[in-house]
Amino acid sequence: MTTNGAAPLRGEVVRGDFPIFEVGEGERPLVYLDTAATSQKPQVVIDRLVRFYGREYGTVRRGAYRLSQEATAMYEGVRAQAAAFLGARSASEIVFVRGVTEGINAVARAWGGANLSSGDEVVITAMEHHANILPWQRACARAGARLRVAPITERGEVDLEAFGALLGPRTRMVSFVHLSNALGTVNPASEMVRMAKAVGATVLLDGAQSAAHAEVDVAALGCDFFVCSGHKMFGPSGCGILYGREEVLASMPPDLLGGEMVDRVTFEESTFDDPPHRFEAGTPPFAQVIGLGAALSYIESLGRSRIAAWEAELLRHATGRLLEVPGARITGTAAHKGPILAFTLEGVHSFDLGTLLDEQNIAIRVGQHCAQPLMDRLGVHATARASFAPYNTLEDVDAFIEAIYTARELLV
Amino acid sequence: MSAETIDSRTTAIVSEFRELSDWKARYRRIIEAGKALPELAEERREDRYRVKGCQSQVWLIPAFEGGRVRFEAWSDAAIVRGLIALLLRVYDDQPPEAILTTPPTFVDELGLSEHLSQSRANGLASMIRQVQLYATVYRAMDQREGA
Repeated sequence: MTTNGAAPLRGEVVRGDFPIFEVGEGERPLVYLDTAATSQKPQVVIDRLVRFYGREYGTVRRGAYRLSQEATAMYEGVRAQAAAFLGARSASEIVFVRGVTEGINAVARAWGGANLSSGDEVVITAMEHHANILPWQRACARAGARLRVAPITERGEVDLEAFGALLGPRTRMVSFVHLSNALGTVNPASEMVRMAKAVGATVLLDGAQSAAHAEVDVAALGCDFFVCSGHKMFGPSGCGILYGREEVLASMPPDLLGGEMVDRVTFEESTFDDPPHRFEAGTPPFAQVIGLGAALSYIESLGRSRIAAWEAELLRHATGRLLEVPGARITGTAAHKGPILAFTLEGVHSFDLGTLLDEQNIAIRVGQHCAQPLMDRLGVHATARASFAPYNTLEDVDAFIEAIYTARELLV
Repeated sequence: MSAETIDSRTTAIVSEFRELSDWKARYRRIIEAGKALPELAEERREDRYRVKGCQSQVWLIPAFEGGRVRFEAWSDAAIVRGLIALLLRVYDDQPPEAILTTPPTFVDELGLSEHLSQSRANGLASMIRQVQLYATVYRAMDQREGA
C-alpha cells in the first residue's frame, strides 16, 4: 500500500478508479474541474457504502447486539485511521462532524463561548471562506470581542508582517485557511501557527482544500484545531473531521447536547462524556464515516506526495496554457499554490464562461466562491475557477483551454 | 408589436430557434438578442430592481402604461442578457392578464440544454417569477381603479 518511491501518478490511470468517468457509446467524456467544490467518488468508497448499508448496517455506540457492536468497531476504527491520517496523537483527538462548516461553527460556539470575552481579539485573514468568517463574526459579537483581519498582498499571499503586527496579548484565537479555495494560495501554516503561539493564541486551521491534496501533520503544524470535509476527500457527503488537541478538547464544553454524549443526566443537572464522544451528540453520520475510512485508505494508496506532484503538473500546464489566452488574468499568483486556478477573462462574465463550458461537458465553478470580502479586496465581481484532482489528465486541461477559446469566439 | 399576442410572439421565437443547427448557433442568437437590448443606465441599476436568485446581476424595472405592462431590464452577463431580451420580446407591452395566463413554455422549446432552461443559476426562473409578480400587482391595481 505504501507508495513511497513508486512510479509517479498519472491521471489516465487514476480515473479508471472512478465510475463517473466511464464513457458510454456516443457520449462525450466528462471533464471535471470542480474538485475544490466536491470530489468525485472512487468505486472503493461506493462499494464500502453499499456493503455497509446492504450487509453490515447497525447503529453505533448504542446497541446491545452484534450488528451494532461491529458497526461501532468500524466507526471507531475510522477514528483511529483519521488520527493517523492527520498526525494526531490519539483517536480521542478526532471528532466526527458534518464538515468544515459545522466544525468551525462548533468551535466558534463552544470554544468561543468559553474563552472569548470583552476586549479579546480573533484574527483571521482576508482570504477566508465565509465559513471561517461568519462563525467568528458572531462569536465576537456575542463576547464583545474584536474580529481582526490580516491583509493579503496583490499576489494573494498573507502579508506576514501585517499579520504579525495584529497579534498581541488580546489575541485569543487565530483561524485561517491552509489552502485558499478562491486563490489556490498555500499559506505558510507552520510559520503562522508559530507566530500565533508566540502570543499564546489558540489556532484553528481550515483544511477543507488541503487535506486530500497535501501531507497534513497536525503535530508538526502545531495547530490546536484542524477541520476537513469528507466529500472533498473522495468520501461521502455529510461527514467531516474536526481534530482538536487533547488539552483543548478536554477544556471545551459540548456544542450540541443530546444522546450518547453524557456521563449522568438528571433534570437538575448533567455531566458529560469525555472527548471525543462529548462532541458527538445524537446519532452521528456513521455510514458516511465508514465510507470516509475507505476514502482515507484510497488517498493513502495513491500517496499524498504523489497526488501533490501530479496536481502540480496539471496546474503548471493549465497556468501556462491559460496565460496564452488573450485577456486571461489569473487571480492568485502566490509562490506556493495548490491545485486551484482562478481567473478572469477580459470582456467575459464568468457566468457566461461557465455556461458555455458546461455545454462542452466541462464542469468549472464560477462566482464569488463564498468569499465576498476577498472578491471586494481583489476588485473583481466574480471569477472562474478550475480545480484539479489526481483523476484529471493533461487532456482535460487541453479540453478546458480549447473550450475557453470556443466560448471567447461566441462572447467577445 | 403591441398588437401581437404572447402566443404569436412565442411562435415566432421558437421557429427562429428551430432553424439553428447547433448549440453554438443557438447561443450566438441569444447573445445577439442581448446585444440589441437597450443598455440600462448605471444610475438606474438600483438594488430595489435587482432580481434575486441569479448568479449574475439582473435588474428588471416595470412600468404600467395604458393597461399594459412595460419592462426594462439588464444583466451584466451576456447570456442572461440575451435570455432577458427574449423574455421581454414575449412579455413586454402586454396586459397583465395575458402575462399571467400564458406561461413561458417557449423556454423549453429553444433547443437549449436542460441546464440552461432549468438552472437556478442563470436566474431565468427568478426573472419569470418577477415578471409575473409585477403583472399580479398591476392587475390588482387596475381592478381596483376599475371598480
